[in-house]
Amino acid sequence: MNEYNFAYLDEQTKRMIRRAILKGLAVPGYQVPFASREMPMPYGWGTGGVQVSAATLMPEDTLKVIDQGADDTTNAVSIRKFFENTAGVETTEETEKATIIQTRHRIPEAKLREDQIIVYQVPIPEPLRFLEPRETETRKMHSLEEYGLMHVKLYEDISQHGAISTAYAYPVKVSDRYVMDPSPIPKFDNPKLEMDAIQLFGAGREQRIYAVPPHTKVVSLDFEDYPFEATKAAHPCDLCGSDDSYLDEVIMDDAGNRMFVCSDTDFCRSRRKAGHKGRLAEENAA
Amino acid sequence: MTAQPHYSGGFQNAPVQAAHAFRAAMTVMARPGEIRELNGSRPPNPLSTAAGTLLLTLCDPETKVHLAGAINTDAVREWLTFHTGAPLAQAADADFAVGRWAELGSLGTYRIGTAEYPDRSATLIVECDELQQAGAELSGPGIKGTAQLFLPDIPALQANAALYPLGCDFFFTCGNRVAALPRSTRISMET
Repeated sequence: MNEYNFAYLDEQTKRMIRRAILKGLAVPGYQVPFASREMPMPYGWGTGGVQVSAATLMPEDTLKVIDQGADDTTNAVSIRKFFENTAGVETTEETEKATIIQTRHRIPEAKLREDQIIVYQVPIPEPLRFLEPRETETRKMHSLEEYGLMHVKLYEDISQHGAISTAYAYPVKVSDRYVMDPSPIPKFDNPKLEMDAIQLFGAGREQRIYAVPPHTKVVSLDFEDYPFEATKAAHPCDLCGSDDSYLDEVIMDDAGNRMFVCSDTDFCRSRRKAGHKGRLAEENAA
Repeated sequence: MTAQPHYSGGFQNAPVQAAHAFRAAMTVMARPGEIRELNGSRPPNPLSTAAGTLLLTLCDPETKVHLAGAINTDAVREWLTFHTGAPLAQAADADFAVGRWAELGSLGTYRIGTAEYPDRSATLIVECDELQQAGAELSGPGIKGTAQLFLPDIPALQANAALYPLGCDFFFTCGNRVAALPRSTRISMET
């Protein structure tokens, strides 16, 4: 612990990030520019989320890190180790026990509480970026609340595919003002964006921080005749039998056999521990 | 040390105390109407513990600070400069302003951000005689249903909220307690 300042970053950097977080909370969904630092991990591995977590952590915190719902993937394990080493905080894989959850591309299945904070890693914070590449223009569009282009995009989805085909990073409107990219979470998770916990978003390469306070109105964009639908694979989990959690499809052999498992590993484990069984539970338990 | 009060009263363990202070500040900003304790600094009179701790947590050479009215004493200026290095500024240039409500003056003086950069607005730290969850009725982001908070001047703060997404953001401090009012909060008189 003597080798690093608490939570790795120097104090002046943390103050700069903290000021950005406060402004982000005051204007929900607005992307606050910040002077993102180089972190000891490559861009795309959660440098924004790590900086937001570092500025938010207290020594008493218990940190959970997930990557696509899983606690045991490389990205999650290495960020957890990073904060064990540099902040000396407790870590956990259990959603219930965590006070801060850093996440890449999922919101845990368990309902988050008032005393929890969730930090999202964001690759492209600008929801309009793939429609308009110029930052000067997207900034103007946000300032004028000019989001027609986004609706055109969703409309083109319908005219080509018969339905809104956007399945992840589904755009939302926050507190009736800013259109926001909820990071590449599946649209299944969008309804959970109205939650009791504080939500912070960090994009390291793109140098943006934004936030959604608790109990804030978050509406997924849609049309009256094509309402938003939170979709998932139409199967129960093959390990724990849950039929209301988001699933990953796993190819099992060359014959085309497949299984569906919960993407939230902690949720699936706790259900199996409680005795719930799916189609393939027995052979996997061995 | 007694002869040089402006050298004392800072954080003893800056990384940890600032982390605790920021979490309290973030919690109240994310949940308007809630009150938290803010400790760690011992600023010179008449600066409150909560206001002093906020300044140590958020200010540095990159932020301009405006000290309004009775709070603008030699002792406070020296303490702030020594511990944060923050440059002092007029109200119109300030990133942070500290003082009692009457002394902070008209809100129209402060930066409210621009349409393209609403974050470039002032944060006002208002020293209050009382801080209680009664008075104005608040609703909006961060609030489940409604919340109550005593506010120094409801019409002026309603006008500020009407500028949304522009406007100033506020911390209200009293002793070692703090509450906040972001510009996103809708304010009505309690019925």
